[in-house]
Amino acid sequence: MNPVLVDLVWRATVETVVMTFASGLISLVFGLPLGLLLVATAKGGVAENLWINRLVGWVVNGFRSVPFIILLVALIPVTRLIVGTALGTGAAIVPLAIAATPYFARIAEVSLREVPRGLIEAVESMGASRLRIVREVLVPEALPGIVSGFTVTLVTLTGASAMAGAIGAGGLGDLAIRYGYQRFETSVMVVVVVILILLVSGIQVIGDRIAAALERR
Amino acid sequence: MKMDKTIAGQPLAGPETAPAVAEIRGVTRTFGSARALDSISLTVRKGEILGLIGRSGAGKSTLIRCLNGLERPDSGSIRIEGQEITDLSDRALQPLRRRIGMVFQHFNLLSAKTVIDNVALPLKIAGVAPAERRRRALELLDLVGLAARADAYPSALSGGQKQRVGIARALSANPALLLSDEATSALDPETTHSILDLIRDINRNLGLTVLLITHEMDVVRSIAGRVAVIDRGRIVEEGAVADVFARPVHAVTQSLLAGIRPQLPAFLLGRLGVNGTGPAVFSVDAVGADAGRDFARLFGETLGAPVHLVHGGIDHIGDQPVGRFFFRAEADRLAILARAESLGPAIHVEFLGHEPGSR
Repeated sequence: MNPVLVDLVWRATVETVVMTFASGLISLVFGLPLGLLLVATAKGGVAENLWINRLVGWVVNGFRSVPFIILLVALIPVTRLIVGTALGTGAAIVPLAIAATPYFARIAEVSLREVPRGLIEAVESMGASRLRIVREVLVPEALPGIVSGFTVTLVTLTGASAMAGAIGAGGLGDLAIRYGYQRFETSVMVVVVVILILLVSGIQVIGDRIAAALERR
Repeated sequence: MKMDKTIAGQPLAGPETAPAVAEIRGVTRTFGSARALDSISLTVRKGEILGLIGRSGAGKSTLIRCLNGLERPDSGSIRIEGQEITDLSDRALQPLRRRIGMVFQHFNLLSAKTVIDNVALPLKIAGVAPAERRRRALELLDLVGLAARADAYPSALSGGQKQRVGIARALSANPALLLSDEATSALDPETTHSILDLIRDINRNLGLTVLLITHEMDVVRSIAGRVAVIDRGRIVEEGAVADVFARPVHAVTQSLLAGIRPQLPAFLLGRLGVNGTGPAVFSVDAVGADAGRDFARLFGETLGAPVHLVHGGIDHIGDQPVGRFFFRAEADRLAILARAESLGPAIHVEFLGHEPGSR
């Protein structure tokens, strides 16, 4: 492979990693509280409020029903508002994060819901506030599941970032389509696929290790 | 050492006069059309171990949840150390909940925290500084004999060890009342005993008031001073454990006691009839010094016939002997009851029937 292509592959890899992790981090920051909100306001939750629960549930479902490629285009005005441009790696982070947040919120919700009711009541009976219950019980007890869920989210984002090439975001997916597919550069295609496999496996292995290290049950 | 225990335990012992730690008055709680609690009144006095016993579904759990404010009664009053809690907001309830330490059937230890952090959690919630939390948690782990496992995670402990941690955790914030919710129901008999011994030691040495919720009479017998029997949301019987064991009045109490109290074997009971012509069979219940009296002789003298012991014996509840005997004698009902009356009201005699046969 010629040095120009090597350089292209390298830059595309960096772009993919940046897009995946930046949007992943944002989805963690917003998705976890959203997941907590869904669990806390659910029936029998520590802050039961079925109206808020339903409203948040609808919004989350709404975003999750829209195909990502359509979300990518539909969110262009929002992206312009936030980043100033609708093109490039930075711009792609916005729709990726917006798509990943409700996705991760649902995954976190499942883990949080599995925290035994008895543990919550035990700490409630110690006179703990809701915030304290979230900090001392819900999040720590659900943490291994949340880490596994975040790993899944990152892997999904790695795949989704490839589509972001459609709005000129760059990255490995974009490279594979433009060089590997449209210009018949099979070697580029192979290299890109290999890098993606390594990237995804790496994320999965590290995620699994952290989750296992946190598992105390 | 033995001396110390008695001295520390004794001044608080008088259950009639000691101040109330928890006072439940006319508490009712309904779920839909089902009455979980039906005008319950119960007082837990300082320094005592009160056993609350009932079958599952009798209302025990609802009562516990009302006591720590996790559930609100429809009507009635609940006072913890004199403070009414039924009309408090959730936030105002929080400091009051710290006055009640809870021990659970399934331990409910946080799996993500070490043993010492579990024990220190009530202190953290109460806003105690880290160094002080650690000191106090270690002190309690020492009390329950688990100081060496302070940095282990609960998953590495046995059931009995987990419950010891649960007890240490319940005690860490210096509660006024220890609420034990079926604390031994998930444990094997040997571990059950060691946990009950621990609770009794804590009661004696620290003067801590204990409300022991259980469905096992054996647990009540082992360590409680008083017992209240709950059935279908009502307290149906209440009194000193030895008295209730000697003379259970309510059918539920009798059936709860059936397993650990001498019962006339079914094949003997089945043969008895009121109008039979054979020997009479009767039971005698007596508590304290009365339990040791020679009933066979006492009855034999007036009945003019030999009295034979068929079944039963003397059991001890705390330091109280409790006797329950079944006798057979060639006599009729009236003669037996007349003799029983002359022994006084403390000795309870019940005529059970005649065996078949010729006289």
